[in-house]
Amino acid sequence: MKLDDLINQVSEWLRGTGSDSDIVISSRIRLARNFTGIPFPHWANKEQENKVIEQVKAGISQSAHLKNSLFFMLSDLDNIDKQFLVERHLMSHEHATHPDTKAICLTSNEVISIMINEEDHLRIQVMKSGFDLDDAWQIINKLDDDLSNNFPFAFSKELGYLTACPTNTGTAMRVSIMLHLPVLVMTRQIDRVLDAIAKLSFTTRGLYGEGTQASGNFFQISNQVSLGQKEEEILDKLKGVIRQIIDQEKTARQALLSKHKHMLEDKIWRSYGTLINAHIITSQETVELLSMLRLGQDLGIIKGLERYLINELFILTQPAHLQQIEKKKLNPQERDIKRAELIREKLSIKKINKDNTN
Amino acid sequence: MLCDVCGKNQATVHLTEIVDEQMTELHLCEGCAKQKSMQMEQQFGLSDLLAGLADFGKHTGEIEPLKLKCPNCNLTYEDFKKIGRLGCSSCYSTFIRYLLPLLKRIHGTTVHTGKVPKGAAVGVSAADSSFRKTAETTSSPKNDMLELKTKLQEAVRLENFEEAAKLRDKLKELENKPSGVSKNKAPARESSRRKKEQG
Ligand SMILES: [Zn+2]
Ligand SMILES: [Zn+2]
Repeated sequence: MKLDDLINQVSEWLRGTGSDSDIVISSRIRLARNFTGIPFPHWANKEQENKVIEQVKAGISQSAHLKNSLFFMLSDLDNIDKQFLVERHLMSHEHATHPDTKAICLTSNEVISIMINEEDHLRIQVMKSGFDLDDAWQIINKLDDDLSNNFPFAFSKELGYLTACPTNTGTAMRVSIMLHLPVLVMTRQIDRVLDAIAKLSFTTRGLYGEGTQASGNFFQISNQVSLGQKEEEILDKLKGVIRQIIDQEKTARQALLSKHKHMLEDKIWRSYGTLINAHIITSQETVELLSMLRLGQDLGIIKGLERYLINELFILTQPAHLQQIEKKKLNPQERDIKRAELIREKLSIKKINKDNTN
Repeated sequence: MLCDVCGKNQATVHLTEIVDEQMTELHLCEGCAKQKSMQMEQQFGLSDLLAGLADFGKHTGEIEPLKLKCPNCNLTYEDFKKIGRLGCSSCYSTFIRYLLPLLKRIHGTTVHTGKVPKGAAVGVSAADSSFRKTAETTSSPKNDMLELKTKLQEAVRLENFEEAAKLRDKLKELENKPSGVSKNKAPARESSRRKKEQG
């Protein structure tokens, strides 16, 4: 399997399956791990970084979890390939920016990915569709056990796993849940919700992580504290918070549906209308309209559209994905045209059932 | 007033040190003060720990240990303050005194309660074995000290002075015990300090 083949499959986290997948897009757990004694990537020389890569490579071949995994040196990938992996949430933007002596390993189903020589020697990630932290934790915990049989990870009984940045010390675990909260946004309740989350020391980010604006009603909620709590405690706390947000969005959806059904239907069908008719469309507008389409599907207003198809469109319409599909570089104007074309094609082959609208 | 150490330069830095329960005033010139402060960092003794509990700046003339350097990766405390990232896993033991309050501020605590790797004890590389010894093996005296120091810090913060006094006594007892780990490390410190003097 090659990198190019990934474009033909739906990433695990986009399948739109798993519990509460009408509101929870994905569950992601990331663990930072380092080798004892070798300087952290930002402080290491090339030789030391290469040593890390060699050791990880050897360890990967011995882990049952990583049997059919792909391994790339980032210096061997072109810019579109790298951006493509970022858009699929398989690696960070940061990892793509300084590709020297950095590598990535990922399983072909895209559930597991390991960034090598990012901020820490290893950044292990497991990503599942829907609200499925238990499964994600089970996978990553076993994988971590596997790897630590081969490597003595930097660890102190008192401080836990030792990381380049003290904000990750301890469990070195970051848990992120991606939520789609269109109605909390529409009814202007979102600020109140996000304020409450911040007070509980959880952070909120946009679709593409650190420093990005939350766009198209997508929010990523993560734990801030990594030391002093067991992994299971961190997971449970986050689960509790997410459960509450899900309930609030659900309540808001039902209230809106009962009070302003026509307004909601109008908004959703207009979004659909634009998507299947547009000939030029920006990525920003696409995300906003697809968000409405997804809401229509969740509420049963639009039938005959599979959730994974809408989810997939979010990613396929990103710049690097469009260029990967076209197998050539496209400037922004060309991309807006190709994007509209792709959306029309993907949506028009679907039989949309308008029966339940009146 | 002349410097207590060199007796040559004008003393501009006035330190209060607690040695054997005795408060000692030290009047130093800038050069000797820098040296003294580095020495204190490296000894990581009870006296400077207590001094370090208060904000560094509050202590008259006490100097932040910007030149304190990780023996494994050469990252200095100054580098850390600039980059916000540590240089290697050994940096944790080098800068532990300054990291504990920082970790406390970030996470609200400094004690890991989560996962412990199964393979923790096997295949430790030589370069970092000292920290692993100090921080991992509960039976090691250095680790007990680290834990006691954390507890002491907490007790002082909560103004639980009775508890603090008990902990301090325990610490003193441990400090007086010969510890293989700290003895081995001493020469390395000496040499790094001497290098500094030459430079
Ligand atoms: Zn002097
Ligand atoms: Zn270091």
